[in-house]
Amino acid sequence: MNKTKEKLAELGSSIIAGVKKGKQPRIEIPVRALSNVVYNEKTKTLELGNKTAERLFFNVGHTKKFVQTIEVAKVAKQLLDLEKHASLRDVFYMAKRTLPGTNINLVDEQTESDKAIEDLELITDFSREQLNINANKNGSVAGHVMIEDKGDTIDWSKLGSGGWSIPSNVEEIKFRKVDAKYIIYMEKAAVWERLHEDKFWDKYSCIIMSSQGQTTRGIRRLLQRLNQEHTLPVYVLADFDPYGFYIYSVLKFGSINLAHISERQALPEAKFLGITADDIEKYGLKKHFITLKDVDISRLKQIADYDWFKKNKLWQRQFKMMKDFGSKAEIQALSARGITFISDTYLPEKIKNKDWIE
Amino acid sequence: MVQSKLTDSAPNEEMIIATQLAKGQREISVGEFFAKNRHLLGFDNKKKALLTVVKEAVDNSLDACEEARILPEIIVEIIDMGNERYRIIVEDNGPGIVKKQVPRIFAKLLYGSKFHKLRMSRGQQGIGISAAVMYGQLTTGRPAKILTKIHSSKPAYACELKIDTHKNEPEIGSDEEKEWNKEHGTRVEIDIEATYLKGSQSVDEYLKQTAITNPHATIIYTNPKAEQVIFARVANELPKLPTEIQPHLYGVELGVLMDMLKRTESRTLQAFLTSEFTRVGAGTAKQICENAALLQSMKPREITRELAEKLMEGVKKTRLIAPPTDCLSPIGAEQLESGLKKEVGAEFYCSTTRPPAIYRGYPFIIEAALAYGGQQSAEEQAHILRYANRVPLLYQQSACASFKSITQTAWRNYGISQPQNALPVGQLTIVLHIASVWVPFTSESKEAIAHYPEIIKEMKLALQDCGRKLAMYVHKKARIKDAQERANIFERYIPEVADSLAQLSGEKKENIQEALLKMLSKPEIQAQVAMPPEEDIYKLDTRQEEQDE
Repeated sequence: MNKTKEKLAELGSSIIAGVKKGKQPRIEIPVRALSNVVYNEKTKTLELGNKTAERLFFNVGHTKKFVQTIEVAKVAKQLLDLEKHASLRDVFYMAKRTLPGTNINLVDEQTESDKAIEDLELITDFSREQLNINANKNGSVAGHVMIEDKGDTIDWSKLGSGGWSIPSNVEEIKFRKVDAKYIIYMEKAAVWERLHEDKFWDKYSCIIMSSQGQTTRGIRRLLQRLNQEHTLPVYVLADFDPYGFYIYSVLKFGSINLAHISERQALPEAKFLGITADDIEKYGLKKHFITLKDVDISRLKQIADYDWFKKNKLWQRQFKMMKDFGSKAEIQALSARGITFISDTYLPEKIKNKDWIE
Repeated sequence: MVQSKLTDSAPNEEMIIATQLAKGQREISVGEFFAKNRHLLGFDNKKKALLTVVKEAVDNSLDACEEARILPEIIVEIIDMGNERYRIIVEDNGPGIVKKQVPRIFAKLLYGSKFHKLRMSRGQQGIGISAAVMYGQLTTGRPAKILTKIHSSKPAYACELKIDTHKNEPEIGSDEEKEWNKEHGTRVEIDIEATYLKGSQSVDEYLKQTAITNPHATIIYTNPKAEQVIFARVANELPKLPTEIQPHLYGVELGVLMDMLKRTESRTLQAFLTSEFTRVGAGTAKQICENAALLQSMKPREITRELAEKLMEGVKKTRLIAPPTDCLSPIGAEQLESGLKKEVGAEFYCSTTRPPAIYRGYPFIIEAALAYGGQQSAEEQAHILRYANRVPLLYQQSACASFKSITQTAWRNYGISQPQNALPVGQLTIVLHIASVWVPFTSESKEAIAHYPEIIKEMKLALQDCGRKLAMYVHKKARIKDAQERANIFERYIPEVADSLAQLSGEKKENIQEALLKMLSKPEIQAQVAMPPEEDIYKLDTRQEEQDE
């Protein structure tokens, strides 16, 4: 904790020291864009390159963002001093105010303060959770696992139909007992509910985890900790569409926007279980196809061009097949074969036959 | 039953259905037609009726003054008589009307000097003022009162007029010679049932807009609330008197052509073509006849429908020179701008007059003007002022060719915001004027201009011309404002950033603030203020990146 405070104080002092020497206030920030993201073949994660940009106070184009960055640093320091946590939304309101005598707001929308927080992570090298800023909790988990969180002991197998909801900060959680062979992560909450109702995790001794849509940082970190600390393989279950592929890509390699925290987020071992193009053929899902839109097609092309997929023949084959189908399909299409088809047949078969893509 | 009657061998005359029906079939008088279809002439409702009566009277006064080369001075007065009745008085200093013509001009529908002429004028059909008289008569039962004087040496003539709606003939109530302390002029007084309201389609607005396109006229207006407005003359020159032209062959339809062939006094087809139409000389006439495979020496009366059709074909194959355009009298860019300046408070004005163009063989000229900024509202749609032959058009804005041309102009190029396919939004007044020998209205109430592609094209060109001038002003203004804001931006942010830095580092806020303010006066930072802002360094090229909550 003290280190984070020190780092923030240092940020302030170094700017002031510069000013005293007659240098205008400036902050150096690594550029967060595809052009500055490198795929590290060894670690199999995305890393931020060396490109940096200078943000100057006395530059009309930078002034507002400069002030926003310093402002969220101040807010983070206050939180650390008080030993309190705040949500991204809270920080937005703490930073939001109108400059006296004008109609200029320091921040107009939450996306601005969110971006400033991400910048602060890059500048200080601390994650926002370490800066006492949390995102909303999102996602559920179930399985034979006992954990300790803030002094409470929680059994993931005894939480009724909702399961345990995953907080945004999972750093402090301790695993007491983990009785599972693997983890299935799925992008759809509805599919999670299906598997939970069928007690899939009990029958096959595994952990099931989901979010709604994009995987949040808390979920990614929890997956990573279970994977690293308990050597559990992670299987990803996503729609057969470019967005599903992208969810897998973010889980496995890290995201472009947050390449600076890849090492704390990426799951280089993650495997894509389905839905694959071969599943479509094997399980006769073609009649549940949804036609690809123009945006899907351009997104597919974009993903196929990522460095980390470019040389992967298995993936390129999937991309090509989707393009040839001209269609996508949802996980739920499996329900057409029977409501418990996914838990009785599909998943057991896939895992038994090691029928996945890496 | 009916069938059995029809098959009877020797029917009784009375029993034939057509005979029975014939009893109900008779001529419909123009007056009766009007009484039932008043909306066609602009008398749809009580509010509009007031405007239409004033409009017809003022249009006539302005036309008469201009024709007589007199600078118009028009007095308009509306008196509230109670019980939704209003007395409308319009008085001008025009040439007056000779006694014999007075009843027919004011109390006979479809009588006038303008219909048969191809000349630019405000009125066209000769239906307006007599329709107003008839409307008054129908709603209040009272006659119109006319007072007119043609020369200072002669007495004025006063009369009360009604229309016999069955015969469409004037009925003179009383008439007398009278003293009138005026050199010459005409005064019309009509009582009607109406409603008086202010707003965008009111008499007040109509007269204000009239003043913009008639800067050579003075209009003194007293409204029913006894408020007086004087729209003073700002130009002392009368507009050029438009000349009359003959029809152009490209604009003539078959039926009209046949009618003209029947009535002409020319003995040969060649003489008919050269004397009745503009831009047809002996050579062209010969060519038309050759293209139509008709003899030049044919008698016009002998031309049948089939031959007339061949003649039309021949015309199509012949290249004719466009009609002369000196028959038009545009307002003129300068005059239009001075009129606009007088009535609309703005910071920037510009105007343009397009060269003449042709639709269906009729020449026309488009003029446009813009007024930008000032006290106009920034949030509302631009204010549109539409004119045809200097007459404001207040109704059916969105059905008008001008509306289409405005919405199709890319105002964003000129620094004005514009939702897709809609009117621009901002501190803007747009004036569009069409001057033509025959303005194509969509209906007889003359409210909207028909969508001829040639007209829309010209309107857009005129707007674009004005738009470019406007853009220069808007951009210059934006640049100045931008420089001012940039000068202030650092000063505004210094206390904020000093406060945050103080809290981060523990340094005193005052010291930081002072150091930064000192820095502000450095030449390299002052240079920043004058420079345009740099492209944002912070553009992420990964738009669809995760929305990590």
